[in-house]
Amino acid sequence: MVEILDIVIAGLLMGGIYALIAVGLSLQFGVARVLNIAHGEFIMLGAFVTWWLYTKVGVNPLVSLAICGPMIFIIGFILYRTLFTRLRTSSPSPAAFEGNSMLACFGLLFIIQNTAILIWGASIRGYSYLAFPVNFGGAIFAANRLMTLGFAIVIGLVFYLFLARTRLGKAIRAAAQDPATAGLMGVNINQVLALCFGLGALMAGLGGSLISMSFKIQPTMGLEYTIIALIVIVLGGLGSIPGSFIGGFLLGLVGSIVTYVEPGLSLVAYYVIFMFLLLVRPTGILGK
Amino acid sequence: MDITAFTSKRSLLSGSIILIILFLLATFPLYFPGYTVVLLISIFMYIIITVSWTMFSGPTGYISLAPAAFFGVGVYTSALLGPLLPLPVVIAIGGLASFCLAFLVGALTLRLRGIYFVMFTFGLVELLLHFVLWWEVNITGTTGRVVPTVGNTTVYYIMLIIFAILMATAYFIKHSKFGLALQSIGEYEEAAAHTGINVTALKTTTFALSAFFMGAAGAIMATRWTYIDPRIAFNPLLSFMPVLMAIFGGMGQLYGPIIGAAIFTYLEEFLITRFPYYYMLIFGIIMLVAILYLPNGLVGLIERWRRGGLKRRHANT
Repeated sequence: MVEILDIVIAGLLMGGIYALIAVGLSLQFGVARVLNIAHGEFIMLGAFVTWWLYTKVGVNPLVSLAICGPMIFIIGFILYRTLFTRLRTSSPSPAAFEGNSMLACFGLLFIIQNTAILIWGASIRGYSYLAFPVNFGGAIFAANRLMTLGFAIVIGLVFYLFLARTRLGKAIRAAAQDPATAGLMGVNINQVLALCFGLGALMAGLGGSLISMSFKIQPTMGLEYTIIALIVIVLGGLGSIPGSFIGGFLLGLVGSIVTYVEPGLSLVAYYVIFMFLLLVRPTGILGK
Repeated sequence: MDITAFTSKRSLLSGSIILIILFLLATFPLYFPGYTVVLLISIFMYIIITVSWTMFSGPTGYISLAPAAFFGVGVYTSALLGPLLPLPVVIAIGGLASFCLAFLVGALTLRLRGIYFVMFTFGLVELLLHFVLWWEVNITGTTGRVVPTVGNTTVYYIMLIIFAILMATAYFIKHSKFGLALQSIGEYEEAAAHTGINVTALKTTTFALSAFFMGAAGAIMATRWTYIDPRIAFNPLLSFMPVLMAIFGGMGQLYGPIIGAAIFTYLEEFLITRFPYYYMLIFGIIMLVAILYLPNGLVGLIERWRRGGLKRRHANT
């Protein structure tokens, strides 16, 4: 019984992070039409800035959330307004833009990753913050991981309310459905798309900050998280924000079950699920 | 003016140029032994992967990120069968194994378009990588394998032969009705199917054919590396590089991917030795610039320049 609880809680704890980073990628792909392969690099940036501020300046990692988020949002926003807007206007078709922007993201991946290596070095880093154990009905977990889960859920909810209840959220949803018509209806489309890309980067940055509190980090960590986020958004349905959120928790659970059975195979299991889904139901669990 | 005489004279000219180039390449190790041959081997490896990638992805527009998977299958064939069978047989089996895998993947993924196809093919690389990694650690009990070496000159000539066969195949496909059919799939798949093209068979076969050459290149390259492990064999970079090289070179002409691959491989060698710490950074910047400012690659630039040159000549007369 305790074992099952162990597996479920471990899965949910991991799933919270997966959900958060997948929502960011989902927003970037679903609305801004950029399959951001460099998503993980924004996660890495968030993690490293948090680590650096904590170990060098002594800033509380929770305060860093409020620093990393806006900082990375601005980077993402500017990138979309310059690089991707240029690509979007020069690409002959939306499909060509998807291909070109994905390749541009590969370029960004190399640039961000190697700049980080030049600044912080290639070694594995980590720090201890809120690492005391918490007993959860027999299952024992570190406090920082529980807090991570809490923050992931809160951020997800706030974001969902923003999309569902505010005027700007409505503009984003309109742009996701039909950018051309949304533009005709008075939505400043370039602004909204850049905002979405920036918000996606913001989620990645916050995710990175949270990850750095309970996991080891290194400049090359990005791609692994990008791939997980990709699997989650396929699982949840491309472009569906609630789908990505649920998909994140689902994948976390699957990972924790497979790790319990055969630790070496969790990544293999992810890919098997991923490819199976692409073949059988490419629209995902909540996709139309 | 007699156009047929003109074209046949032109094809005779380009034919003899190709023969001269092949002759020069074949006798190359005689004048420049050592490092230059090693560099040329890497260049040929990337050219083979890039040209075979372009053979399928260029006309159809399906961006495949699976080259690393097919290359890795070739590498592992070489590692498993290298000590048992003669080299040409090993290379043929490496190519055939990749061919079969690609045929299977192609048949499975027929419904997937656009970004879904991209993600599936990339998933294939990662799946194979992690599965082989798990298998080697848990079942075989090792991580790496040693591949018997055959000497650089032999590797060079085998690469040259694969390259020649590949170019002949690519030329044939481009200038036959299959090439036209592939092109029409890329432009409008439903329309292509309605005009009587067997879209399914054509896509799957071309995809498998392109994988054959990648597998063969992997099988021979493994003998040069001598030590391999799953992370070397299924290196995801080998999936991204051909895409980048083909785009940089331009996919409009057969020589585009060759130029792209040759320049990039040379650049890689140059940057690694001169700026080891900035190499990947510079690489990323070149990639961004190429995508932003060279949408049709170097070929597009050359053609524009040639057309511009012609126009000016007309204006002068």
